[in-house]
Amino acid sequence: MRTATETLTVTVEREIAHAPEKIWRALTQPHLIGEWLMSIDDFKPAVGHNFKLSADWGAVDCEVLVVEPGKSLSYTWNAYDLKSVVHWTLTPAGKGTHLRMEQTGFKPNQPNFYEGAKAGWPRFFTNLEQVLSLLD
Amino acid sequence: MANPHDLLFRTLADPTRRALFERLCREGEQTVGALTAQSGVSQPAVSKHLGVLKLAGLVRDRHEGRQTHYAAQLSALAPLIDWTSQMTGFWQNRFDKLEDLLRRMDQ
Repeated sequence: MRTATETLTVTVEREIAHAPEKIWRALTQPHLIGEWLMSIDDFKPAVGHNFKLSADWGAVDCEVLVVEPGKSLSYTWNAYDLKSVVHWTLTPAGKGTHLRMEQTGFKPNQPNFYEGAKAGWPRFFTNLEQVLSLLD
Repeated sequence: MANPHDLLFRTLADPTRRALFERLCREGEQTVGALTAQSGVSQPAVSKHLGVLKLAGLVRDRHEGRQTHYAAQLSALAPLIDWTSQMTGFWQNRFDKLEDLLRRMDQ
């Protein structure tokens, strides 16, 4: 059983003055990904491809889940105990692009912990793991 | 990295320690003996973990006769509660860098 308190989503979206095709390159070419996201070992826009992102605080293990060239890209984002999915959506907007990033995290295996939890407390562990993943 | 959260993260990164802490959160105050009975590790190991948790402010201890009781201190977690803004901050920062890169790609 998974309840709302066990998932969380962070969404960031922005209108960007560049075409989707160009943003797609920045999202999928390893030498470009390394310029803005984190250091990356290898990336292929192919479902099932595994790659690793790294920074001085640690590493994030990723697996490509969804590829729709120029439109959407999803990969897992696993760091420490955090299991999450990062989903990118590119929508043409005028001459530019509406770029949306949604990250959803899960903590599926702690039912007892959550059942006994007090208000405000349940989300903590998921929260902690999220924060762990972005120490930067 | 010098970050006030660092100690909390490191303290809770250990699964045995985290399990002890979660149990105190779930079940309230416990003696070392009671914690040891269900932890699957030795009492000295449990005591050591509790010491680390105490150092991070995550538990407090209370002596009563020969027993030491431990309780979770949820207030120690306060710095971590505002996760949404931190996570959002991370991605906003990445979006900034992405836009910088896109501008450079024009040249």
